[in-house]
Amino acid sequence: MSIESIHPLSIVLFLPAAGAIVIGLLVKEAKTVRITAALFTFVAFALSLALFVMFDRDGGLQFVEQAQWISSINAQYYLGVDGLSLPMVILTTFIGLVAVFVSWKINIRTKEYFIWLLLLETGILGVFCSLDLLLFFLFWEVELIPMYMLITIWGSGRKEYSAMKFVVYTLFGSAFMLAGILTLYYSASPHTFSMVDIASGAAILIPVIPLASIFFLIFIAFAIKLPVFPLHTWLPDAHTDAPTAVSVILAGVLLKMGAYGMIRLVAGFGDGGIVPGVAEDYAKIIVVFAVISVLYGAAATMRQTDLKRLIAYSSVSHMGFVLLGIFALNQLSLSGAVLQMFSHGLITGLLFAMVGLVYDKTHQRQIPLLGGLARQMPVICVVFSIAGLAALGLPTTIGFAAEFTVFMGSYNSTAFSGIQTCVVLAVFGIVIGAGYILWMLERVFYREPKAEYDGVGDANNMEKAYIFAFVGLILLFGVYPRLLLDVIAPVFSIWG
Amino acid sequence: MLPSTVLWVIFLLPLFSLAFISLVLRPFFNNYPKLSGYTIISCLAVALGLSIWVMTSSDQFPVESTIEWAVVGDFRISLGFVADNLTAIMLIVVTGISLMVQIYSQGYMHGDPGYHRYFAFMSLFTASMLGLVLASNLLLVYVFWEGVGLGSYLLIGFWFHKPSAAAAAKKAFIVTRFGDFGFLIAILILYFTTGTFNIAELNNLAMAGILGGTTLTLAALGIFSGAVGKSAQFPLHTWLPDAMEGPTPVSSLIHAATMVAAGVYLVARTLPMFASSEFAIMFVAVIGGVTAIFAASMGLVMNDIKRVLAYSTISQLGYMMLGLGTVGVAISQGYLTYEEGIGLGIAVGIFHLFTHAFFKCLLFLGAGSVSHASGTFDMRLMGGLRKYMPWTFLVFLAGALSLSGIWPLAGFWSKDMIVLHAWEHTPVLFWLAIITVFMTAFYMFRVIFMTFGGEYRGGEQGHGDHAHGEPHESPLVMVFPMAVLALMAIGCGWAIWGGGAAQFLGEAGYYGLHGAHWHAHGFFDVFTKVGEEPMPLIALAVALAGILLAYTMYSAKWISPERVGKVFAPLYTLFSRKYYLDELYEQVFVVRILQNGIFRLIELFDIYVVDGIVNGVANITVVGSSTLRRLQTGQLQSYGLAIVLGVLIIMVVLFIYR
Repeated sequence: MSIESIHPLSIVLFLPAAGAIVIGLLVKEAKTVRITAALFTFVAFALSLALFVMFDRDGGLQFVEQAQWISSINAQYYLGVDGLSLPMVILTTFIGLVAVFVSWKINIRTKEYFIWLLLLETGILGVFCSLDLLLFFLFWEVELIPMYMLITIWGSGRKEYSAMKFVVYTLFGSAFMLAGILTLYYSASPHTFSMVDIASGAAILIPVIPLASIFFLIFIAFAIKLPVFPLHTWLPDAHTDAPTAVSVILAGVLLKMGAYGMIRLVAGFGDGGIVPGVAEDYAKIIVVFAVISVLYGAAATMRQTDLKRLIAYSSVSHMGFVLLGIFALNQLSLSGAVLQMFSHGLITGLLFAMVGLVYDKTHQRQIPLLGGLARQMPVICVVFSIAGLAALGLPTTIGFAAEFTVFMGSYNSTAFSGIQTCVVLAVFGIVIGAGYILWMLERVFYREPKAEYDGVGDANNMEKAYIFAFVGLILLFGVYPRLLLDVIAPVFSIWG
Repeated sequence: MLPSTVLWVIFLLPLFSLAFISLVLRPFFNNYPKLSGYTIISCLAVALGLSIWVMTSSDQFPVESTIEWAVVGDFRISLGFVADNLTAIMLIVVTGISLMVQIYSQGYMHGDPGYHRYFAFMSLFTASMLGLVLASNLLLVYVFWEGVGLGSYLLIGFWFHKPSAAAAAKKAFIVTRFGDFGFLIAILILYFTTGTFNIAELNNLAMAGILGGTTLTLAALGIFSGAVGKSAQFPLHTWLPDAMEGPTPVSSLIHAATMVAAGVYLVARTLPMFASSEFAIMFVAVIGGVTAIFAASMGLVMNDIKRVLAYSTISQLGYMMLGLGTVGVAISQGYLTYEEGIGLGIAVGIFHLFTHAFFKCLLFLGAGSVSHASGTFDMRLMGGLRKYMPWTFLVFLAGALSLSGIWPLAGFWSKDMIVLHAWEHTPVLFWLAIITVFMTAFYMFRVIFMTFGGEYRGGEQGHGDHAHGEPHESPLVMVFPMAVLALMAIGCGWAIWGGGAAQFLGEAGYYGLHGAHWHAHGFFDVFTKVGEEPMPLIALAVALAGILLAYTMYSAKWISPERVGKVFAPLYTLFSRKYYLDELYEQVFVVRILQNGIFRLIELFDIYVVDGIVNGVANITVVGSSTLRRLQTGQLQSYGLAIVLGVLIIMVVLFIYR
C-alpha cells in the first residue's frame, strides 16, 4: 500500500478546519476550546513532520492526490508537495501550532477566535499544496476572511482601517491574478488549470495576449503579498493592529504565499515556470526593486518607535532578500530564497511572539517608554536577543545561512550584467539591520531598570516551551542548513 | 602523530564549558558560582596542553580536517580546520592568555551576581576565537569572526544596566559590522572569481598570478576593511576606547590580546593575496603607520588608565599592520620574492602580536588590580600605589618597559623588527613608527608615575563593589596570573635568539615557503654590532628619551604638565577630544545625516507619498462612486434622454469617420 492511498496531504490540510468544525459544534468551554485547537494543530504538525521525513530527497512532486472537481471546466482537486512547498507546509503547521499557544490568553469570544484561527491555517496550507490554479486561487481568497475577522474583532489600534486596507489591497491584486489565471486557462491547449501541465509543457501555451502581460497580471498579486516596495504599506498597519498570534502568522507564513507564488511563476516545478521565459527579460528591474525594498525597508525601520511596527518594517527589508534570490534566477539563489523564506518565518515569527510577551507583561509597546527590562524579564530578554541576532544575520543562526546563500547565489548570477552591484547594495542592508536591532534591544532591555516594571514577571512555562522551540529550530538549521537545502535544492536543479 | 581530532577537541572544550555552565550550572547550581570558574579553567588548561602538543608537532603541518556543510548542485561549501605554524602560535596565545585571564577573573569578579553568565560568555568568546584561528577557509573565518564579535558585544555590555556600557556594546558591534560588510563582499568576489573559499588555494592562486588585477585589489581591500573594524584601525577605531566599559579582564583578553589582533591575524593569513596587489598592501602599511601615531597621540592625554591602554592597543595594532605591510610592500615591488617575503612578513607582524598579547594583557590586568584597590580608573585620583601594592607595581613596570621597547624585554625584540623593516622598505612610515616609539614610552611612564609614584590621592570612595578605605594588594588569585604574564612579557622575546620563534613563524609551512629571509639576532647584538645594525640602539635611545620626558614632567616635576598643556592648548584639546571623530560619526553622520536626514525623509515619503497614494486612490474610489451613484436617478425620462443623446453621438461619429 502506497502512502498516497491514505491521502496524507488532505489530512494535514483539513485537520485544522476539522478542528474548527469540532470546536464550533461540540465544544463550549473556553479551556476545552484551546485544548482542542492545540490538539488538532499538533497532529497536523506531527503529520507534516512525518511527510518531511518520508519525502524522497531526489525531488519531484510527492504525496500527489488528483480528482475531478468541476469537470465542465476541467478544474481538479489536485494536491502535491515538492521541495519548495514542503518546507512551507512544515513552517505553516509549526507556526499554526505556536499561534494557538500564543493565543492562550484570549478570553473575548474565545470559541469564535479559535475557529477563525484554525480556518486560517487550512487556507494557508491550501495555497501551498494546490497544484490546480483555480484551487490555488480559491485558497488564496479563503484566507482573507478569517484574517479580516481576526484583525477587526481581536485587534488593537486602528484595527478596522488596517483590516480593511489589508483585505482591499489583497483583493486588488487578486483581481489581476484571476484575470491572469483565466488568460492562462484559455491560452493553454487543451484548456487546463493544472499548474503541473502548464509548467511542464504538457499543455501547450498559445498565449492570447503577450506572455509578459499574463506574467505581470499574476505577479502583481504576489508582489503585494510579499510585499515589494512600493506596495508594502498595508503590512505595517496590519501587523501592528493584529492580535499577536495573527502578527506571528502574518509575518511567519502569510508573506511567504507571495514569494511561493512568484517562484512557481518563475521556476514552476523545476521545469521552467508557469509563465516561462518572462522573468529573464524583467529580472533587472525586479532586482532593482528588491534592492530598494531591502534598503528602504531598513531605513524606515530605523525610524519606528512602536516595537511591533519596527519588526513589521524590518520584514519589508528581509523579504527583499527573497525577491533578490528569486530573480537572480539560479539554483543557489533560488534555494537561498526558499531558505530565507523559512528563516524569516521562524525569526520574525519569534520576534512578534516576543513583542507580544513584552506587551503582555508591560502593556507598553512604545520603545522610548520601555527600558531596563533585562533585570525584570531575563528569559524574555535572552530569547528576544537571540531572535534579534538571528535577524541581523549572525552566523550559526538560520538568518545567516539563508542570507549568505542568497548573496552567494545572486552574486554568481548571470541573469543580467551588473547584478553584482545590486547584491553589494543589498548586503549593506545587514549593516543597517545590525543598527536597528541592537538599538532596539538597548532601548528595551538594557540601561537602568525602571521601577514601574518591577514585578511584571517573566515568561511562564508554556511560553518558555514555544519560544525555546523557535530558538532550537533557528540554531539547528543555522548550524546545519543541509537539513533543508537537501530538500529544496533539487527543485531548481535545471537552473544550474 | 598528531590526529586532526585534536584540533576539534581544542575548539570544542570551551564550547563544552559554555554548554555546561549555561545548561547545567546556571539552572541547577546557581548558588555555587565558583563551579563555573573551575569549569572554564579546567577546560582551558586541557586546551592549552593540547595546543602545546600541536605546536611541538610542527613537522607534521599542515594537519587538516574538513566536513561538507552545504551542497547545492555544483556548489559545495566545505568547512574545516587546519594547523600550521601560524595557527599553532595563535592557539598558544589564545588558550594561554584566556586561561590566565579566567584565573584572574575569579578574584576580580568575585561576588558579582552575573558570575555564571560572565564565564559562559567568556567560554563563548574563547571558543569562537579558537575557531577563528583554526579555520581553513574564509567563510568559516567569517563565521567565527562574527562569533568573537558577539562575545565582545555581550561582554562589553556585561553590566548592561549601565547606559554607557549598553551604548558601548552596541557601538562596538555596529562599527565592526561596518567593516565586516567589506569582508563579506570580499568573500563573494573571491568565490565568484575562483570558485573556492579555501585560504591556501586563494593564496596560491594569487601568488601564481591567476588571481590578480582590480579583482584582487578589491578583494584584498574588502578583507582589510574587516580587519580595520576588528583591529580598531583608523578610521574605525572609535569603538575600542568605549569598549573599556566592560569588566577589565574582558578588556584584557578581548580588547587587548586576542580579538582585536584577529584583524592582524587575518591579514597575515592572507598576506600572499595582499602582497600581490601593490595598492592594497601599501594601503595596509599606510593605515598601520598612521594609526600607530594617531592613536598614540590620544594616549598622551587621557586620564583614565584603561583608556590610555586602549589607545596604546590601537597604536600597537597599527604597528603590527605596519610590520605586515612594509614587508608586503617590498614583495609587491619586487625587492623580495614570495619565497623570502611571505614568511618574513608573517614573522614580523605576528611576532609583535605574540609579545604584545602578553604584555598588554598584563597591563590591563594590572590596571584592573589598581582599580580593585582604589575604586577608580582615574589616574588623577591614584598615586603612590607602589607602597600599597608592590607586586602589582612590579609586574606593571615589567609590562610598561616591555611595551616601551626597552632591552632586553620582549617588546624590544618584536618592535625592533618592525622598525627595522619599515626603515628598509617604507622610509616615510619609518618616521611615523619611530616617533610613536617615543610617544609610547612617554605615555606608559606617565601612567606609571601618576599611578604608582608620589602620594596616594584618595581614590574614589563608595564606588562599585571594590571600594575600600585603604588601598591594598590584590589577592593571590589575581597576582599569580599577572606574575606568569610578567615572566612572559620579560622573556618571551628571547625566543628570537638565533631565529627561534620568528624562524618558526617564518616557516609558514602552509604555503610551502621555507626560505624565509631573516636577521638572526643575538642577545647583545644591540650593543656589539652597532656598526652594522644601528637601528635597534636608536630605537632604544628614543624610547629612553620618552621615559625621561615622562620622568621630568610627572615624577621630578621639573616641567609642569599644566604649563605644557597650555602652551600646546590647541593640540591638547584636539587629542583629548579624540580629533572630534566621535562627534563627527555619532552627532553628524548617524544623527544628522542618517537618522534625522535620509531615514527621516524616507519615513515621511512612506507616510505621505507611498501610503498617501494608496489612501488617495481609496478616497477617490469612495468619492467617485458616490458621485456616480447620483446619475442613477431612477427617472425613466432622463435615461431616455441619455439613450437618445448616445445614439445621436454614435451616428455623428460614424458619419464623420465613415
